[in-house]
Amino acid sequence: MVQVKEGTLDSKVPDGPITEKWDRRRNELKLISPTNKRKFEIIVVGTGLAGASAAASLAELGYNVKAFCIQDSPRRAHSIAAQGGINAAKNYPNDGDSIWRLFYDTVKGGDFRSREANVYRLAQVSNHIIDHCVAQGVPFAREYGGLLANRTFGGALVSRTFYCRGQTGQQLLLGAYSALMRQVHLGKVTLYPRHEMLDLIVVNGTARGIITRDLISGKLEAHTGHAVLLCTGGYGNVFYLSTNAKASNVTAAWRCHKRGAFFANPCFTQIHPTCIPVSGSYQSKLTLMSESLRNDGRVWVPKKKGDTRHPNDIPEEERDYYLERRYPAYGNMVPRDVASRAAKERCDAGYGVGSTGMAVYLDFKDALQRDGVDVIRSKYGNLFDMYLKITNENPYEVPMRIYPAVHYTMGGLWVDYHLQSTIPGLFVLGEANFSDHGANRLGASALMQGLADGYFIIPYTLGDYLAATTLEPVSPDDAAFQDGIKEAEGRLRKILDVDGTESTTSLHRQLGQIMWNHCGMARTEQGLKEARDQIRELRERFWTSVRVLGGPQTLNQSLEYAGRVADFLEFAELMVVDALHRKESCGCHFREEYQTEDNEALRDDENFCYVAAWEFHGVGEDPTLHKEPLTFQEVPLTTRSYK
Amino acid sequence: MSDTLNLTLKVWRQAGPDQPGEFRVYQLSDVSPDMSFLEMLDVLNEQLLAQGEEPVAFDHDCREGICGCCGLVINGQPHGPLRETTTCQLYMRHFKDGDTIVIEPWRAAAFPVVKDLIVDRTPLDRIIAAGGYVSVNTGQAPDGNAIPVPQEVAEKALDAAACIGCGACVAACKNASAMLFVSAKVSHLALLPQGHPERKKRVLSMVSQMDAEGFGACTNTYECEAACPEGVSITNIARLNREYFKALFA
Ligand SMILES: Cc1cc2nc3c(=O)[nH]c(=O)nc-3n(C[C@H](O)[C@H](O)[C@H](O)COP(=O)(O)OP(=O)(O)OC[C@H]3O[C@@H](n4cnc5c(N)ncnc54)[C@H](O)[C@@H]3O)c2cc1C
Ligand code: FES
Repeated sequence: MVQVKEGTLDSKVPDGPITEKWDRRRNELKLISPTNKRKFEIIVVGTGLAGASAAASLAELGYNVKAFCIQDSPRRAHSIAAQGGINAAKNYPNDGDSIWRLFYDTVKGGDFRSREANVYRLAQVSNHIIDHCVAQGVPFAREYGGLLANRTFGGALVSRTFYCRGQTGQQLLLGAYSALMRQVHLGKVTLYPRHEMLDLIVVNGTARGIITRDLISGKLEAHTGHAVLLCTGGYGNVFYLSTNAKASNVTAAWRCHKRGAFFANPCFTQIHPTCIPVSGSYQSKLTLMSESLRNDGRVWVPKKKGDTRHPNDIPEEERDYYLERRYPAYGNMVPRDVASRAAKERCDAGYGVGSTGMAVYLDFKDALQRDGVDVIRSKYGNLFDMYLKITNENPYEVPMRIYPAVHYTMGGLWVDYHLQSTIPGLFVLGEANFSDHGANRLGASALMQGLADGYFIIPYTLGDYLAATTLEPVSPDDAAFQDGIKEAEGRLRKILDVDGTESTTSLHRQLGQIMWNHCGMARTEQGLKEARDQIRELRERFWTSVRVLGGPQTLNQSLEYAGRVADFLEFAELMVVDALHRKESCGCHFREEYQTEDNEALRDDENFCYVAAWEFHGVGEDPTLHKEPLTFQEVPLTTRSYK
Repeated sequence: MSDTLNLTLKVWRQAGPDQPGEFRVYQLSDVSPDMSFLEMLDVLNEQLLAQGEEPVAFDHDCREGICGCCGLVINGQPHGPLRETTTCQLYMRHFKDGDTIVIEPWRAAAFPVVKDLIVDRTPLDRIIAAGGYVSVNTGQAPDGNAIPVPQEVAEKALDAAACIGCGACVAACKNASAMLFVSAKVSHLALLPQGHPERKKRVLSMVSQMDAEGFGACTNTYECEAACPEGVSITNIARLNREYFKALFA
């Protein structure tokens, strides 16, 4: 049985009206003088939007920063792949948007499982992000008059998404990366590319450093600091197939969890409705087709079951535009969880298309007729090209075939209003924390959150921590660090020593199957219980039969990968435990036992209106559940409706 | 479904920067034409693992053509035979049954081999560090719409900013020149009003860093443009030259 504790978590949300909370807190936070900032060394793990923006901003303030990433260059972090756009409450289109509305849509979109105060602050700083990125030279799309252009994303009735064709993440990351490289040039940031964090070092209860592996030489190193910022992204790859980059992992977050950081809402994973369907067993990842496409694409399946006609031969009256039919107000622009479930429902009922029957159409015919090929190409050209390259089908002529795929993880390490985890001195930013998206993230809000955390929140809250805390000097030679190195060494050795017969990829694929079948778009008590047993068995198999060649003191990609999969195998169990305990449906978490008559998620606010933060006690042991109650004062708890 | 392919792969294997490298030949059968090139290498690596031979090391991450990690010379061409396509977005349907495919790392003095097909591209980061930015600190910016940017200017800037930093341009050039890479960043920021204040300083520092890294000179053979997976145009190099001489003689 899981132990439950209440009242242990202090979210540090300021008092007062929601519109004034952040200003009020900023005025209360302690400051550090510019000369004293130079005395602090800050470790930033990850150089995606969250990490690069934090590292650059802190260095600008005078802190000494060490920035780590897995790739050969900080510019290659997974954020680079974000396509569609970034939200902000600018209301440039004059369509009635405001900070309050962005806040409202995000809380509602998250199905009332996020912290109101955090979301409000996010909406407040959203506008500064756009200003800053423009000043950096991010080439956002413009109207003819030269002013910034917007488009619409799911879960909103206004146009508030800023974009650079279908490569917004790339341009925003290159902006943050260039700010980071400027600080490298100025000597304020030391870069450690091709370095993987393998452990967190906690001294006297505070985070004081990390253990890393130099991925070229294989050398294990201890790095000390006055605080550690974890910006290591999401864990969608626990499903093996996802839209995440191949190196995306849970290792850094999981190591921190094992050192005492609580993990919040791990079962909240977003399945994105519009991805290119799986085509074969060799498949190594899934490719997203941006949500922005739903601005102009219409989703449909044939009205007749098992209709094998070519889509262009199916007449208008024999097509079921099921999103428009079920949700007339939002139509194709319903939030992701709703759109994904609706696609699954149609395919499960036998209306799916394509060779596997696990796909629906996303059709641009009407938009192409209305606006012409050139307009559509200018908006989505690179996405259409990518679709053609992968599938060998031309979406200008044939509707795209799409199916939901794992995309984003709302869950993450628990943080308070200051982005600090339950380990003092360990701050968590971007997708790696759980903070702002509740049970479902709206499109174009992850980029916003990552940059809000890095540019505009951590520069304030970190200073307060450092000013208020007395930290003893530490050295990499201290026992805590040397023990950390030895432990990491032992773990790598243990993996190599198994010397079995199964490949890591094959074990990872099997884990992905278990998670997709039982902890994916639809979950049941029985399925989750089975999943827990299967994960345990698989974990045991890993430690008795995995085969990894090569040594530890060299570049060894197989060893890196096996280490990450070993952590996924431990973490997956926590996801299942979380999904099992949450006996309600909310946002992406759909428990089949809890649904309305028309198959919508049925929340249980009386019993589950809280953040579930888990405390680690050992691999395979039941964790302790700490509840952070959620109260909704501004956006009254209602059943979400997009009809 | 089309038929599967049987392939002969000649793959560059090199244990480390100071060790000699060599081509090793592997047979791979039943390759699906719907596999990506990297998925084909995944299958090869599974096969090698089963035979007790260390898998081939290669860089990759996003596998959707945007991170710039991947980059192989395939039959003599950086990123292979398809125009405007990264290695990870190249699909096996573009090869024929019975083909022999030669796979090598980027070859350039400034990009030493780290292992097998992985090279060290950090010189590109140092060029950006030398000046590839607008010097603006967080918190200083005016409203995003304070300075209008004509739509066609923003589009042109994005065409240049689309560079993924993969280094194919360097690998394709017989002089191993990094001019296309540098010109893409210089153009992106020279086109936008936000980049104007530092225009001269930027181009001079970036070019001087490029030279210091040991990249070769540009002799206008246009191989870089042909190899660029993002279609970054050599007109950017012309702009870089103009910017450079303007700055030099200012
Ligand atoms: C295909 C795709 C499209 C998307 N499109 C959009 C969109 O249009 N709009 C939107 O708002 N969101 C979008 N998202 C979501 C968004 O891109 C991500 O949530 C966001 O970029 C995450 O940023 P991050 O900085 O938190 O982490 P990441 O960008 O994932 O960066 C993680 C960093 O941590 C490093 N790292 C990880 N583990 C370790 C370790 N153990 N040691 C050292 N370093 C480590 C990595 O090297 C990397 O530098 C999209 C996501 C995908 C997959
Ligand atoms: S793996 Fe990212 S561009 Fe090829």
